[in-house]
Amino acid sequence: MNQSTPPIPAWGIPDPVRGVTGTEPLLAVDDLHVEFATRRGTVKAVNGVSYALNPGETLAVLGESGSGKSVTAQAIMGILDAPQARIPRGRIRFRGTDLLRLKEDARAQVRGRRIAMVFQDALSALNPVFTVGSQIAEMFRVHQGTSRRDAEARAVELMDRVRIPGARQRLHDYPHQFSGGMRQRIMIAMAIALDPEVLIADEPTTALDVTVQAQIMELLAEVQRDSGMGMILITHDLGVVADVADKIVVMYGGRIVENALVHDVYRTPAHPYTKGLLKSIPRVDRKGRELYAISGTPPNLLDMPPGCAFAPRCPYRQDNCTTEAPPLYRIGPTRGSACHYWREVLDGSHG
Amino acid sequence: MAATGDAVLEVRDLVKYFPLTEGAIFRRQVGVIKAVDGISFDLRRGETLGIVGESGCGKSTLAKLLMGLERPTGGSVRVCGREIAGARGADLKRVRPTVREIADVKGADLKRVRRNIQMVMQDPYTSLNPRMTVGDIVGEPYEIHPDAAPKGDRRRRVQALLELVGLNPDDVNRYPHQFSGGQRQRIGIARGLALQPQILVCDEPVSALDVSIQAQVINLLARLQRELGLAYVFIAHDLSVVRHISDRVGVMYLGKMVELGRDAEIYSQPAHPYTQALLSAAPVPDPDGRERRERIVLQGDPPSPADPPSGCRFRTRCWKAQDICAQQEPLLQLRPGTWHESACHFAQVHDVMPSF
Ligand SMILES: Nc1ncnc2c1ncn2[C@@H]1O[C@H](COP(=O)(O)OP(=O)(O)O)[C@@H](O)[C@H]1O
Ligand SMILES: Nc1ncnc2c1ncn2[C@@H]1O[C@H](COP(=O)(O)OP(=O)(O)O)[C@@H](O)[C@H]1O
Ligand code: SF4
Ligand code: SF4
Ligand SMILES: [Mg+2]
Ligand SMILES: [Mg+2]
Repeated sequence: MNQSTPPIPAWGIPDPVRGVTGTEPLLAVDDLHVEFATRRGTVKAVNGVSYALNPGETLAVLGESGSGKSVTAQAIMGILDAPQARIPRGRIRFRGTDLLRLKEDARAQVRGRRIAMVFQDALSALNPVFTVGSQIAEMFRVHQGTSRRDAEARAVELMDRVRIPGARQRLHDYPHQFSGGMRQRIMIAMAIALDPEVLIADEPTTALDVTVQAQIMELLAEVQRDSGMGMILITHDLGVVADVADKIVVMYGGRIVENALVHDVYRTPAHPYTKGLLKSIPRVDRKGRELYAISGTPPNLLDMPPGCAFAPRCPYRQDNCTTEAPPLYRIGPTRGSACHYWREVLDGSHG
Repeated sequence: MAATGDAVLEVRDLVKYFPLTEGAIFRRQVGVIKAVDGISFDLRRGETLGIVGESGCGKSTLAKLLMGLERPTGGSVRVCGREIAGARGADLKRVRPTVREIADVKGADLKRVRRNIQMVMQDPYTSLNPRMTVGDIVGEPYEIHPDAAPKGDRRRRVQALLELVGLNPDDVNRYPHQFSGGQRQRIGIARGLALQPQILVCDEPVSALDVSIQAQVINLLARLQRELGLAYVFIAHDLSVVRHISDRVGVMYLGKMVELGRDAEIYSQPAHPYTQALLSAAPVPDPDGRERRERIVLQGDPPSPADPPSGCRFRTRCWKAQDICAQQEPLLQLRPGTWHESACHFAQVHDVMPSF
């Protein structure tokens, strides 16, 4: 098995990326491993992921499809596919309590109420046979025992708050009667209904057009400003991250390859994968020239290479990379990079 | 690549209305969806025209009209000087004919013209038949146009095509599921090139791919254009990808082209309010100065193409709208103070895009 990330010696130092030790972060994922038993073998989807979120903060989780972003989020929410999914090790501390050790009924008290989630595909996340009004009102009725009348009134308030035009009239419409952007607003309304402390937004705008994306991101920022909740924004879009994130973790092959404050990553990426992603964005001064392209394809989680998962595609690769898996080296007070040669990457000396 | 010579594709006043029906059993037509409503442009040899616009604005319908996969309600498409799809009266009932059907109903002469324009689809996961081998997929156009390649020569040609797009020629007997998304898109491109077209219509060719794979496919398309002198109609919603590959860019809104010009003109001197909103909404992959960026956030959704607003179709969301905008449709034309065409009564250059 691959060496798991990492014996970072620095858990005791104040660290905006991992949270300030001493004062517990709001949410801390710690050395999380998730695997799935499939007919083709064990899929090691998450291999030692750690990140922390403080109130009011936006943490972006960036990575290509299949890198383990959603599975990590599902583990936090406690909605992994049973029975295939297994968490062989790791902790998910929410205000100091390890959620993985809670009984299901205690977990259900947290889910949706204190940690809520917005999914990419609002159409399949909403129930097609109930009106949106009844689905929003249900949140209040089930979790707070609110009367039908009051719950409905609060649903209208919420729909107003997420700026669905004509909220009162649209209360009795069904999900399919709304546009993609409006459905995403409904999902956000349901997610913030109970004033959660953490909101996980999993590719909330990936299916939407840029103008609608701008509306939704503006709405999320506003909701966050008003409530002070922490937000985990999962995305593969380097533009969206640059727009809203305070800090960022970059995932590759079920691991974190880089974590940092957002400005640092864009100025001086410290992992060859992050650097390659940033270089491959078409920019105006490179028009007409060949784009930088990361060669090869993402790793096969059924058959992870020993050593560094990025090695087959890495321009910085040295001999030891294919045998020794790099830990997430602490490379600065607020940064980590899972690359043996992070110094060279930072210098830009080659690659 | 810079365009040379004259137009290989001439599109004039192209219109496509779909019937809007109601009722599950007794369907009756209650209106029309104006998917494409009067679009004109030329494409020159070796040139790339990028098309941007939000979903539902008619980009894919335009692509199918160019390909002759949809029959236009009005207007014409000429490929290399020959009309391939003209309107036949108000033909609102006909739904998508198959490629074979179109090929069959037309004369051999017309088929030869049609070979000149081919298509690459968005989704590399659904656009390839999973039960066909890669060789059969790439060689299928020869079944429809048997005179394009003698039977005995097809296998060799298919292998050469695979090599051209960076795949292994020995892969002819493998199936699509054995390939990654980026490789499947290469298969789609190889197939699009089988008949040696002059024009390739690419409908969101990299949208379904991861960032690291997108760059590989964009580089491939650029190289093929250089080597083969292809002209592209390149449809995408990623504005930075479109800018990278396009010589000119057309912006669509609700079935209309609202602005058309050279890439630098559209991106640095947009004159139409919708283009300005679109560009300002695009996230910029650089956090520096994000607090100071100007963002025009449009309110609400685009109106339905079944009932577009009178006059200017953008007026229900436009912050500059005046009475005239409801009364008179602004035509796509040169406007004072700009060097490219825009369809706005009050067109005015306004730089919104930070140059990342
Ligand atoms: N229920 C499941 N059974 C088997 N494999 C799964 C399951 N859910 C996710 N995976 C695998 O885990 C990996 C990570 O998935 P995911 O977290 O969804 O990636 P992403 O970063 O795109 O969100 C993928 O390879 C995916 O196929
Ligand atoms: N075969 C069809 N029948 C009826 N309406 C259609 C058909 N194809 C497309 N439309 C409608 O035409 C409009 C334009 O669609 P499309 O060309 O797919 O837009 P885009 O590719 O820009 O997203 C949409 O309102 C769509 O619903
Ligand atoms: S550890 Fe080696 S292979 Fe992995 S990213 Fe660093 S240089 Fe590349
Ligand atoms: S014509 Fe009027 S409504 Fe249309 S874009 Fe121009 S100012 Fe706006
Ligand atoms: Mg995901
Ligand atoms: Mg489309």
